Amino acid sequence: MTLAVRDLAVRFGGVTALEAVTFDVRPGSITSVIGPNGAGKTTAFNVITGYLRPAGGRVTYDGVPLTGLRPSAIARRGIVRTFQRTSVFPALSVEDNVLTGLHLRGTAGFLEVLAGRRRLAAEESGLVRDAAAILEFVGLAHRRRERASALPYGEQRLVELAIALAARPRVLLLDEPGAGMTGAEKTVVSGLIRKIREQGVTVLLVEHDMRMVMGISDTVIALNGGRVIAEGAPAAIQAHPDVIRAYLGAPRDPA
Amino acid sequence: MMRAGGWLLAAAALTLPLWLSSAYHLHVAIMAGIFGVLALSLNLLLGFAGQLSLGHAAFFGIGAYTSALLTLKGEWSFWPALAAAVALAGAAGWLVGRLSLKLRGAYFVLVTISFAGVISLVSVNWIELTNGPLGLPGVPAPELFGWSLRSKTAYYYLVLAGLALSYLVSARLVKSRIGRAFVALRENEPLAESVGVDVTHYLVLAAVVSAGMAGLGGSLYAHYTRFVSPEVFLFTYTVTMVVMVVAGGKGTLAGPLVGAVLFTVLPEALRAAASWQWQMLAYGVLLVLLVFFLPRGIVPALQALRRRGAS
Amino acid sequence: MAELLQHLVNGLVLGGTYALLGIGLTLIFGLMNVVNFAHGEFYTLGAYVAFAALAWAGVDFFVALLMAIAAGAALGWLCEVTLLRPLRGESIDTTMLVMIGVWIAMQNGELLVWGGVAKSIPHPFPTAPLVLGPVAIAPLRIFVLVLAAALIAASWLLIQKTKLGRAMRATFQDRDTAALMGVGIGRIHAATFAFGSGLAAAAGALLGPVFLVYPSMGDLASLKAFSVVILGGLGNLPGATLGGLLLGIVEELGAGYISSGYRDAVGFVIIILVLLFRPSGLFARQERIA
Repeated sequence: MTLAVRDLAVRFGGVTALEAVTFDVRPGSITSVIGPNGAGKTTAFNVITGYLRPAGGRVTYDGVPLTGLRPSAIARRGIVRTFQRTSVFPALSVEDNVLTGLHLRGTAGFLEVLAGRRRLAAEESGLVRDAAAILEFVGLAHRRRERASALPYGEQRLVELAIALAARPRVLLLDEPGAGMTGAEKTVVSGLIRKIREQGVTVLLVEHDMRMVMGISDTVIALNGGRVIAEGAPAAIQAHPDVIRAYLGAPRDPA
Repeated sequence: MMRAGGWLLAAAALTLPLWLSSAYHLHVAIMAGIFGVLALSLNLLLGFAGQLSLGHAAFFGIGAYTSALLTLKGEWSFWPALAAAVALAGAAGWLVGRLSLKLRGAYFVLVTISFAGVISLVSVNWIELTNGPLGLPGVPAPELFGWSLRSKTAYYYLVLAGLALSYLVSARLVKSRIGRAFVALRENEPLAESVGVDVTHYLVLAAVVSAGMAGLGGSLYAHYTRFVSPEVFLFTYTVTMVVMVVAGGKGTLAGPLVGAVLFTVLPEALRAAASWQWQMLAYGVLLVLLVFFLPRGIVPALQALRRRGAS
Repeated sequence: MAELLQHLVNGLVLGGTYALLGIGLTLIFGLMNVVNFAHGEFYTLGAYVAFAALAWAGVDFFVALLMAIAAGAALGWLCEVTLLRPLRGESIDTTMLVMIGVWIAMQNGELLVWGGVAKSIPHPFPTAPLVLGPVAIAPLRIFVLVLAAALIAASWLLIQKTKLGRAMRATFQDRDTAALMGVGIGRIHAATFAFGSGLAAAAGALLGPVFLVYPSMGDLASLKAFSVVILGGLGNLPGATLGGLLLGIVEELGAGYISSGYRDAVGFVIIILVLLFRPSGLFARQERIA
């Protein structure tokens, strides 16, 4: 059940975005990837989830190779991500956003849909119930019917999280879940991440907010210049000379 | 309120030949129905899956020619020929869908136009099969249990059945998980992929159903006008379909129907006042105005008005 | 062999004008990111203006050409300012629909003004072909080739050497920086669209006398222009030039050796094949990021 990254290399023209990146994500852990801007964190996410093809290296989950698969196939294997910039279905209601996230839980195929089988109506009601439960979990039940684009920024990011959770991830990759959030919102998100882990989901996140990272992570992986420069428990990483050098001291909390 | 309105419309449509019995009125109704099928088909691809196909006349034409040739030269009965027309048009849709998988936006449009262009040239040049520019006259009228459906009234009901079928298919697709997948791909493709929506599968599905439905329209057209020529591939048909969908409201179910009725009835009503060229000119100007002032189309605008009125 | 050379020469003449069409569109589509389905209509406009100038006003051929270019550029400028500028932030689909509307309106406008009967543009050149070894070429076609080449060269010079050209290239590579450096973005967009449309009109005025002029001639011209742009690469001037020449030659060879009925299919097939086997330039697969 381990997500294993081996020797990932990504190059854009003359620029090396990732080089010899190797790490494991222990099942059931909360692992954070940190590093200064341009260190390659989101690039690593893009490779793991199939949005980018690496120049070299492999990603496997449970021993099964993921490299070369389309993002939707990777999602089917239980690896779901969120995006750095707000990514919702803006014109749809919050409920419809989550229902879309529940895509993989549905089974309605083309011919069945045409035939209008009664079973499908039951399945739909089930999905609506599931969506309600997820919205309850992230605390957006009261926003169910509203247009996603009309929500304030912090709540849109919760919608993103709800969509990702709907896809029933075994490994959840969160790309800067705290970005642009207030301190209070970050506390809420941290709490949600812990609860998600309690349900058996492995969490891998990229984050800049050190307080958030140190507060919830079991393992921290530090990247710089496309390479892994340190890996270990939060306290150890905080004290690691290479990490300190990469950041020139602990970064200021943007909140 | 809307349900009652819907039932009223259905009742009106079912009894139309009783209160609009002149041959001319029935003709307009039949054409509106055929274009309704075409507009619904384009709407699936354009309105829901978000891909503009400017070669849709190709699927319409393939359906028309298939049906015509099978009944004329192959001496098939209408109904299997209709099925074949839908199947062949759908297959063409599959081809275009699979070929254009990697392409989005303008490039997809260009491939659809090119595809339609090639098919059009084939219909003009492959004389042994299609009789070239002279076309295929004498396409037989359909028969049902021995009764010929040649009369306008009978044909009206045939078209109405076709329209109802198309609407049903569209509605069921759109309101299902499949419809959600289409919309997801249209609204935010990377996000859709991240939750497991298989882009290939759904875009090709949209293309196949859309094309097959257009083929249905083509067959209905061929057996009504009883004559098929390369003119079915005229860009005018595609333009008309696009205007109907965009003006009526892409991404809604009622929109294409509204557009089809409007843009069949209006040209007929204006025919005395303005020639076909003026109408096409007006279509062009209208498209531009729509983009600026009514980008989502008539039906969504009316829905928005109703919501504002209610609040 | 003589036949081959003849086809090649004819192909060059055609190709030169296709290059003009392609250069104009590669700037508009490649740099401004506008899917200009009305491009062919500026081609038609150029042909009709040349017709009017020559058949009615009886002016010199050069003057007619200049008038055609001016008309195309002016109308292009107008389109950009009134229709495209207000939509500048919108998605590419929106501008595409608007240009489709312009396409339909222009074509039917021409139909209304000039009628559907094809017109023949009178030209001052002798009709007897010049015989150069194995190849016979009408003086008109030589003139078309020479002028096309001159216009292509002028375009290259404009883009590479002039201040306007530099400003255009800067705007399209990095608009924000260009704006900070004092480049008037609005004017550059308008100038680019006008320039591209003027070139299309020139192509129409040049080819008009060679063939006939009729309202729907622009449809194929648009598609062939897209063909050339896709072949040569978006925003790539030398690519568009070579692509245009190549298209013209392949068309002539195909018409000569295979079948003339399918000659227009060449452009279509190019579009399909190139787009299939070379993933579209805007979405280079390696870099597809959410």
